[in-house]
Amino acid sequence: MARAVSTRRKLAFTALAWIVALVVFFPILWAFLTSFKTEGTAIAAPPKFLFFEWTLENYRTVLERSNYFRFLGNSIITAVGSTLLGLVVAIPAAWAMAFSPTRRTKDVLMWMLSTKMLPAVGVLVPITMLFRMMGLTDTHLGLVLVLTLINLPIIVWMLFTYFKEIPVDILEAARMDGASLRQEVIYVLTPMAIPGIASTLLLNIILAWNESFWTIVLTTTQATPLPAFIAAYSSPEGLFWAKLSAASMMAIAPILIMGWFSQKQLVRGLTFGAVK
Amino acid sequence: MGSITLEHVNKSFGGVEVIPDISLEIADGEFIVFVGPSGCGKSTLLRLIAGLEDVTSGRILIDGEDVSRAAPAQRKLSMVFQSYALYPHMSVRGNIAFPLKMEKAPREKIDQAVNNAAAILNLTDYLDRKPRQLSGGQRQRVAIGRAIVRQPKAFLFDEPLSNLDAALRVAMRLEISELHNKLKTTMVYVTHDQVEAMTMADKIVVLNAGRVEQFGSPLELYQRPANTFVAGFIGSPRMNFIDGAEAARHGAHTIGVRPEHLVVTPEGGDWSGVVKVSEHLGSDTFLHVDVDGIGALTARAPGDVPFRHGETVGLSPMNGRLYRFDAQGLAL
Amino acid sequence: MATAQTRMAARFMMAPSVIALLIWMIVPLSMTIWFSFQWYTAFRAPEFTGFDNYAYFFANPNIWTVFLNTLILVGGVLAITLVGGTLLALLLDQPIFGQGLVRLLVIAPFFVMPTVSALVWKNMLMHPVNGLFAWIAKVLGFSPVDWFAQVPLFSVIIIVAWQWLPFATLILLTALQSLDEEQREAAGMDGAGPIALFFYIILPHMSRALTVVMLIQTIFLLSVFAEIFVTTNGGPGVATTNLPFLIYLQAQFQYDFGLASAGGIVAVILANIVAIFLLRVVGKNLEA
Ligand SMILES: Nc1ncnc2c1ncn2[C@@H]1O[C@H](COP(=O)(O)OP(=O)(O)OP(=O)(O)O)[C@@H](O)[C@H]1O
Ligand SMILES: [Mg+2]
Repeated sequence: MARAVSTRRKLAFTALAWIVALVVFFPILWAFLTSFKTEGTAIAAPPKFLFFEWTLENYRTVLERSNYFRFLGNSIITAVGSTLLGLVVAIPAAWAMAFSPTRRTKDVLMWMLSTKMLPAVGVLVPITMLFRMMGLTDTHLGLVLVLTLINLPIIVWMLFTYFKEIPVDILEAARMDGASLRQEVIYVLTPMAIPGIASTLLLNIILAWNESFWTIVLTTTQATPLPAFIAAYSSPEGLFWAKLSAASMMAIAPILIMGWFSQKQLVRGLTFGAVK
Repeated sequence: MGSITLEHVNKSFGGVEVIPDISLEIADGEFIVFVGPSGCGKSTLLRLIAGLEDVTSGRILIDGEDVSRAAPAQRKLSMVFQSYALYPHMSVRGNIAFPLKMEKAPREKIDQAVNNAAAILNLTDYLDRKPRQLSGGQRQRVAIGRAIVRQPKAFLFDEPLSNLDAALRVAMRLEISELHNKLKTTMVYVTHDQVEAMTMADKIVVLNAGRVEQFGSPLELYQRPANTFVAGFIGSPRMNFIDGAEAARHGAHTIGVRPEHLVVTPEGGDWSGVVKVSEHLGSDTFLHVDVDGIGALTARAPGDVPFRHGETVGLSPMNGRLYRFDAQGLAL
Repeated sequence: MATAQTRMAARFMMAPSVIALLIWMIVPLSMTIWFSFQWYTAFRAPEFTGFDNYAYFFANPNIWTVFLNTLILVGGVLAITLVGGTLLALLLDQPIFGQGLVRLLVIAPFFVMPTVSALVWKNMLMHPVNGLFAWIAKVLGFSPVDWFAQVPLFSVIIIVAWQWLPFATLILLTALQSLDEEQREAAGMDGAGPIALFFYIILPHMSRALTVVMLIQTIFLLSVFAEIFVTTNGGPGVATTNLPFLIYLQAQFQYDFGLASAGGIVAVILANIVAIFLLRVVGKNLEA
């Protein structure tokens, strides 16, 4: 950045940017503040911004009453499980595409991406039906499978773009040094690609964690992860905003933090490399 | 042991024939250099021997055993890449030890072999560094260290020095030659630098468009080039070629004479011409002379010759140093 | 890097992904196609009916409203996020104090799960009595808007746009930052003012990123579901019912699987039209 700027200009832009940023962030901030209010304060008019009696009561209530930990556990199992399963399936595929490309490799990649563009409702009927038939409805396994499949194209794609940056010489050197294919992937490729694999992992946990359509449709009680748990709060009335806020905060906090760490990869992963 | 035989090796990439038909005998312990212009198939040939590419047809034998379909690991060869191809996430020790770890060699043996290689290559102080903390020359040595610990049947080098600066290149050239004298293992070395080829090789393979133009010792290639391609490729500056009436006078389609075999005189001589450029290198002077009816000739004269731009000089080839070629470019 | 062995290995290593996705794509999709030609509800065995389901699907008096809702939702969110995202990206590209922190704040909404953002907006901001907006309106002397009753679709658009604004901003900012400084300076030397600079240098440079953002968002926006599910349930009437939500209702509540399948196929065709353009842009990038 070699642009010379006057401090006045910089201050003006700083003020503007902060105002805009706070407006954009406000709904989250507001929910955060509300989660520490009593239910009474939460709906008070005029609203209280900072000067109220902060309480942890809501968090305690949500934790005690709602099986929060079960939903959290479900979210962790399905998001992490589907991401790990996806990686195990995708790493070999990405290796093949990056290091042993054929004339059709590009078409295969394009086709994989195109499956990502299949709207969920297009397969809603058969999936719910197959799930019921196979007893997968409302199970971790079922949800993990669906989440893996809908995110697999992104995982393969991201890994492919990272692997492409690894010089093929090094893998060939390993081959000359007597490494088998399995050893080549485990001892050479994977450690070299750790940053890329980590970013892929992070982004996919986020996507799986927030996936709402299939989690609402395919779970009822047992395997319900957080998005569906929160959706249950939409049901009628009751001014439990403070508790709703507390539950929301607990649902989004881990992913918000991961998201902040993975913003760069987000661009790469979600634009399929079309914007660098 | 490490003799390598190529029998009618052919390689095509998706219909494009890169190597039409090569047969070659490399004896155990020889230092062979593949040399040729860019894109002529040197790397491809080396990778075929390594097993990183499949032959399209023909056979490759190592110690008499057909390895044409064997995986790289089974051929027991080591390769040093132009890019060094070190494992960036492993220390120097880890890099050098890697081939032995893959062999599941016992710990003591690995340690001993690594220390041994490090001592030979002056890497003992760097064993715990990562490749990125090393200079180009040191990285090159690590790559060589990784190649020698396995005690391979042969070493394959693909332009290992081309990423180094000129001074280091000369030093490493000597080191590799010394290493060959010490280990006496077969080495196949690819380069497009003919100085490397001339100084290091026991035998040189001159490749052009996937064909072997000539296979022989450096002196043989210099003294008895089989054709105009080899004659022009080996030797620096390049051999002068003369076509037409002057060549016909010597009973050939083309005649060639090396710059160092032209005697320069102030007047007289077989050919007389005007000096266009004279390059003073100190030890030598290269004269670029325009000769009427023949064209531009380059002559190598001692460092202190007085000729300048615009002066007329006489040029004569030394006795018996004139090469004659037929219409196909083959030596007569 | 290509011997028969490595090529063979490559095929084996691709197989699990390819087969899994092939099954995922072909089995349910062909089932959907099959069902779409059946008279098939929860209460009767399937029976072939030809194109009846499609005819019935389009005969729905509300179908054009639903299509229109779908398009307005996509178009509205796109308009807000593309314009807003461009402005935000330009702002964040300026030298400011605390740039990193500002960036984090702006990006945050993207990581909030749809159900949470929908609930927060619905209850705490847009609630006609106790919502923050209602209070602001009262303070300013207006009568509060009952968002989900008076402007339901617009309300949904705002929520969804809020979620996608960070995505657009982040990608446009990335594109903006890849504009090389010299080009900018050269234009400055040529006497271009900030407006000319924007229209002649910056906007053309960002056109590719804008296209990508537009295509990717369109794919996701065509399937907005959770926000509607949580806030309005498609109502009032069908005011906020989009195509996915309609199909969801037909399948889960009317138990008309044939009809829902026909709708699903219509949705697939709609998404494909966008996908073709997107894949073309991405594919070009793959050549490099
Ligand atoms: N994998 C491949 N697919 C298609 N063509 C290839 C492949 N590898 C090499 N070639 C072609 O084969 C020819 C020989 O290539 P090779 O790399 O062996 O040349 P080289 O002699 O090593 O050249 P350089 O001195 O530039 O390294 C070139 O024309 C190259 O384009
Ligand atoms: Mg080469």
